[in-house]
Amino acid sequence: MTTFAKFCSYIVVFCGSTMVFADGYAQQKSDPQFQRMMKSSFRTEGIANIDRIDQDATQKFCSDPQFVATKAGAAIALEIQKQNMDSIKPPSDGRYLGDWKSGEAIAQSGRGATWTDTNATPIGGGCYNCHEIDKKEISYGNIGPSLWNYGKNRGASPEVLTYTWNRINNSKAYNACSNMPRFAHFKLLNEKQIQDLMALLLDPQSPVNQ
Amino acid sequence: MVPLSPILKRCLVASILLIGAQGIYAQSAADEIAKYREMIADGNPSELYEMSGEELWKKPAGPKNATLEKCDLGLGPGVVDGAAAVLPKYFKDTNRVQDLESRLMTCMEKLQGIPSESIIDAKFGDGPKKDMDAIVAYVVTHSKGKKINVSTSHPKEKEMYEMGRKAFYYEGGPFDFSCASCHGASGKRIRLQDLPNLTTHEGAVAGWGYWPAYRVSSGQFWTMQQRLNDCFRQQRFPYPIYGSDVTIALSMYMAKNANGGIIQTPGLKR
Repeated sequence: MTTFAKFCSYIVVFCGSTMVFADGYAQQKSDPQFQRMMKSSFRTEGIANIDRIDQDATQKFCSDPQFVATKAGAAIALEIQKQNMDSIKPPSDGRYLGDWKSGEAIAQSGRGATWTDTNATPIGGGCYNCHEIDKKEISYGNIGPSLWNYGKNRGASPEVLTYTWNRINNSKAYNACSNMPRFAHFKLLNEKQIQDLMALLLDPQSPVNQ
Repeated sequence: MVPLSPILKRCLVASILLIGAQGIYAQSAADEIAKYREMIADGNPSELYEMSGEELWKKPAGPKNATLEKCDLGLGPGVVDGAAAVLPKYFKDTNRVQDLESRLMTCMEKLQGIPSESIIDAKFGDGPKKDMDAIVAYVVTHSKGKKINVSTSHPKEKEMYEMGRKAFYYEGGPFDFSCASCHGASGKRIRLQDLPNLTTHEGAVAGWGYWPAYRVSSGQFWTMQQRLNDCFRQQRFPYPIYGSDVTIALSMYMAKNANGGIIQTPGLKR
């Protein structure tokens, strides 16, 4: 293929995907009355700024589950997942696994980012809110799947490491409307904290894998 | 807070400790709370709020030195029995759909001359909101055992329900949470806390039908406005303004989904 032909095919692909995108959003009707209600019903309190109700593309898309369930919705979901995948950075020092003990503490804490917190309040992963992790902790939620024996069942191949890293960094890379927060995207957890959570799930010494 | 007698307080603390000793984490927390409910079924601390609320209802107050006895909560001036069962509801005089708290603010402003802002801006459990809590306890107690019966026949009611549905699924904030993140599927828990699926009739009855409630963990009576406020806090949203339309819309969504269910308010919660 000539360079020019290649260029043209890129344009077609690019425009095609943009069209699907634009078309999909057009089907998510904007509702000025609803928007007015949201704007007038909230106010800033402490660190919880009023702009938290402004939605990004992922949030806007996932707020309309009826549309998400349509064929057009499924096409947009792929686009949203790609956007989120593209935002993920691999560990800067190349290390995937940190300290599982710190990871357990991060998994336990559900604190941070509310209007009763400050910017100095450490944000927890809140993992046990939704997941079974170490079986010894019996106070766990079930919105997400059990992570008991996570590493024991999967090993620690490069694929598993990358997948798990990506999932914790930005779960929406695999499931556009996953219930899991995007920990790296919104800077809820830093790289070291994510390495520590990785160790909790994948380190053979971690209680999760006993 | 409405003062609890020291003896009752001690009993409460002892009961909680007792439950803890029996191993609140060992079994389902729901079982333990059910046991606890049984233990104090004859003495829900909400009764203290209710008694104080009845006094406040009948006592002249505000710049106009008037009582709330002519307040129209939806079934006519002064009718308290069953009033909470039909709220939220469209009111012609305000041309708004109102929940119990916002309607009470209207009555306080019109009848007693108490500006709504003084209530909206007050801290929960403090000052004018403390009085509001008590009056709410009084009103909802008079709907206990009644069927939830909200209307969506007025266009504004229908519109409010639809806005409530949208608000329920509205994702935002740094955690991407919506109400549906926790309350959109059945059989889910956060830690050991069971979460009602508010999109189903059964779940909506469990949610709407049991609030306002006395909250054992905080030792406070919480109105639905406060319940929603704390949900939004944990959702990492900005602060929902007391009595604002989003709170009424969500109440309408829950209440309509719960229609026909039996009201158990004031409930008793963890």
